[in-house]
Amino acid sequence: MGVSVTVKIPTQLRSVTAGDAEAVVDEATTVGEVLDGLYERYDGLRDRIAEDGDLRRFVNVYVAGEDIRFLDGLDTPVEDGDEVTILPAVAGG
Amino acid sequence: MPVQGLKCKECGERYPLDARYFCEKCFGPLEVDYDLAGLDAAETRRRIQAGPPSIWRYADFLPFERRPRTALAAGITPLVRADRLAEKLGIREVWVKNDAANPTHSFKDRVVTIALAKARELGYDVVACASTGNLANAVAAHAAAAGLESYVFIPADLEEQKILATGVYGTNLVAVRGSYDEVNRLCTQLADDRGWAFVNVNLRPYYAEGSKTLGFEIAEQLGFELPDRVVAPIASGSLFTRIARGFQEWIDVGLLEGRIPAMNGAQPAGCAPVAAAFDAGRDVCRPVRFPETIAKSLAIGDPADGPYAIELARRSGGGIDSVNDEEIREGIRLLAETTGVFTETAGGVTVAVLRKLAERGDIDPGERVVLTITGEGLKTLDAVRGTFEAREVEPTVESFEEAVGSPAAA
Repeated sequence: MGVSVTVKIPTQLRSVTAGDAEAVVDEATTVGEVLDGLYERYDGLRDRIAEDGDLRRFVNVYVAGEDIRFLDGLDTPVEDGDEVTILPAVAGG
Repeated sequence: MPVQGLKCKECGERYPLDARYFCEKCFGPLEVDYDLAGLDAAETRRRIQAGPPSIWRYADFLPFERRPRTALAAGITPLVRADRLAEKLGIREVWVKNDAANPTHSFKDRVVTIALAKARELGYDVVACASTGNLANAVAAHAAAAGLESYVFIPADLEEQKILATGVYGTNLVAVRGSYDEVNRLCTQLADDRGWAFVNVNLRPYYAEGSKTLGFEIAEQLGFELPDRVVAPIASGSLFTRIARGFQEWIDVGLLEGRIPAMNGAQPAGCAPVAAAFDAGRDVCRPVRFPETIAKSLAIGDPADGPYAIELARRSGGGIDSVNDEEIREGIRLLAETTGVFTETAGGVTVAVLRKLAERGDIDPGERVVLTITGEGLKTLDAVRGTFEAREVEPTVESFEEAVGSPAAA
């Protein structure tokens, strides 16, 4: 059964989300499906963060605070009420 | 001044010189773009030599329209020839670039000098950073000197010396229960809407420019010549790649002849995502979730410039190696005993990698090698605890001779 997940959108992506800072996606079972739901809703978002069916290499995605690269990547399951965060990967050091 | 704007390293998209760090089109990192074509080599060299005794002498290659004034400025640290170290390693010529001789005793003074000048120019009142320790010291000190408020975010398990040497400057110190990468993620989120200048997040393109000055200084101190090889530590990969970029800019302008040196990166085995990717022939680093190393200043599990560091090591004919905690301790001792320079654990990593390269026969006999020592041994004292013994004696000649031996026996 699908669940309801909240996605946090960084400022720099809000030009393609009509200013939305967060979005609720229903009926998704994995991170990939959550993002697909967003791509359907927001024109132009896919090109910003994805390339050839995968995330761009300088995009990080977290589920409930955990980096999905330590989980199952885009196949990482999501649970009802989870928060998904999209962040640029080029900070720090 | 030759500075043009910001430019995406991945797709080339251009942006103005404001507080932004990644490309809105592709999320790639932004870097400062210069038009160096108008610089005359002889004139530029004269301007450098007539400049102040700090990194501001390289203002032609820094991201400002006019040279800023700063209360604390980094740079002009010693480059010393280390013949005893070279002899021990069986190499002809080794130079130690001792960047512990900066205002807060690490190379981070370079990047913070630039980032804070930019923060002031852009009108920020609060500066901040995510730090493994050395950056914390530098941001707190430079903010204090500039009269700016600062917030410094560190992993809660940092070395006590680095915590104390940060708090003393009167910063707002935030100890985060988590790894450096988690601290960094928190700062990335805060940078989104706080209106603060995070030196290594939203000001990172400028911050990174500070590391180029290490390359400039090495070349200037060698009499405007290039070394054959540079060994430097890798945490995020920013310092490593920018040293080479500094050399390249000077080659492009005609201040230096030849090609960039072989660049050898050094990582601790307990957190070596870049060395592992280099070894496996991959272009992308697999992040390390739980770094475990005494070299905490290099404990970045998810290095932002990892792919560029790998590319540079390959292109320059260098490499990236890792060494374990025991080798790191030995590296600290080796440098101290042969040069009189006491470095922190990150320096131990760098020395140990140089030793590995020498033992493996990767260094040609005629090479001039520069070892970059990025931080001070007094900040990581625990690393040398127990590596030697003191003789405790009574305040008498007899007691001393009993412990050490009499002159006749000596």
